[in-house]
Amino acid sequence: MPKRHFRADDLLPSEITPRHVFEQRRRLLKSAAAGLAFAPGVDALAQGAGAQKLPGRQSGLSTMEKTTPYKDVVSYNNFYEFGTEKDDPARNAHTLKTRPWTVKVEGEVLKPREFDIDELLTLAPLEERIYRLRCVEGWSMVIPWVGVPLSELIRRVEPTGNAKYVEFVTLADRAQMPGLSSPVLSWPYVEGLRIDEANHPLTLLTMGLYGEVLPKQSGAPVRIVVPWKYGFKSGKSIVRIRFVEKQPITSWNRAAPQEYGFYSNVNPDVSHPRWSQATERRIGEDGFLQRKRKTLMFNGYGEQVASLYAGMDLKRFF
Amino acid sequence: MPTVGTVHKATLFVLCLVPFVRLLVLGGLDRLGANPVEFVTRSTGTWTLVLVCATLAVSPLRRLTGISALLRLRRMLGLFAFAYGCLHLSTYVWFDQWFDWAAIGADIVKRPFIFAGFAAWLAMLPLALTSTDAMMRRLGRRWGLLHRAVYGVAVLGVLHLWWHKAGKNDLFEPLVYAIVVALLLAWRMRARFGPAGAYRGSRRSSA
Repeated sequence: MPKRHFRADDLLPSEITPRHVFEQRRRLLKSAAAGLAFAPGVDALAQGAGAQKLPGRQSGLSTMEKTTPYKDVVSYNNFYEFGTEKDDPARNAHTLKTRPWTVKVEGEVLKPREFDIDELLTLAPLEERIYRLRCVEGWSMVIPWVGVPLSELIRRVEPTGNAKYVEFVTLADRAQMPGLSSPVLSWPYVEGLRIDEANHPLTLLTMGLYGEVLPKQSGAPVRIVVPWKYGFKSGKSIVRIRFVEKQPITSWNRAAPQEYGFYSNVNPDVSHPRWSQATERRIGEDGFLQRKRKTLMFNGYGEQVASLYAGMDLKRFF
Repeated sequence: MPTVGTVHKATLFVLCLVPFVRLLVLGGLDRLGANPVEFVTRSTGTWTLVLVCATLAVSPLRRLTGISALLRLRRMLGLFAFAYGCLHLSTYVWFDQWFDWAAIGADIVKRPFIFAGFAAWLAMLPLALTSTDAMMRRLGRRWGLLHRAVYGVAVLGVLHLWWHKAGKNDLFEPLVYAIVVALLLAWRMRARFGPAGAYRGSRRSSA
């Protein structure tokens, strides 16, 4: 069992984060922005206001670290289907239709079937999981996700003995996703995990963020979160989950195999060809006032996941 | 014939300061986004490249318009390019690496895009140092030869951005700069080596 410090009250962790501070600041900013020609993000952040609540019960797998401010989580991320800049998703994802939504589960399973988003929300009691997220680009956040262990879904479709890997396919609809007109990646976006990674208790089928329904730019209505791997391994806006025998060809691996391996576990000792992975900038904390911090092996989840890779050369299987 | 006087120079000076002042204002308002160091790094890098291109565009513009006094704005553009390059480099050295010289050295040696950026800054250094009237007089003909290094600066600058963006698989922005720099260099090649050189042609028409 992972270590967990006792918390004195039973408040949701998201309730003690500076969400209200953010809201207050946002109102101030809006008035300030009225007088400024450049006001990126302000419109996009309005999306978060009035979002449907989606609370989850506390989890022993959560970190106690300070969470990244909501405004940063929802205004700075990669979601290439809406553009390659990190403020593009917040600006462009409003065109995504998140309901109705179904996820087709197929392949090497005894019970292939489609799950409606409402069914996914009731697969198991929703949990709030506060995870570190480390992007391959060298920045990180601490995010309170809401979801259920992916293993809850896997259990229900009964994988066969041939199911060695799981493939996650993101929606690819040009009408809703302006980024698809760009050839930067082969669409749809495909990610994958080994079956034991997919079944790991940390791997979260995620429907919420900060106690609310996932904002569109964060991969609504349902995404995967694999906290010990670089962020791009966690597919967003999932429409299909396939159980397969052979290792899936994932989008980034196909685009640049020498830069992005299938495993892509967070590893400070294996550099990206263009930059070091030894350190990371924690968004909202490290910057002009504080230096970057050291990146931890498996993003700090080594205690839970290192055994999955026993005997593997992680420099080769990066 | 219009001349370039103090007013023009002062206007250009203020214009060149706008990107820097914008960063100060946004910083003061806490409006540099989720990753302020990245924002400042990108902004100063972009303006370095834009100003290098602007510096290179002075000669063609002079030939096209016939306003030879434009040449008197070139030094300021070049020096501002260098100033933004210094801001760009120092943002990296200070706020990205926090003076971790070992890490910086490793970055320069191991990563082509950092190497190209550093080389571009290094190539700008002697140009900035020899930009005074006194140095121009002292170096004579050699001054012109030395300052041709600005072509190298432009190419290295584009490579720096290109290799950096290659990680995102999105080469639209570097492609735009590559085309601009290629056109500016092609114009010079034609002016120098072309049979009906742009130099002579435009000189006739402006005479």
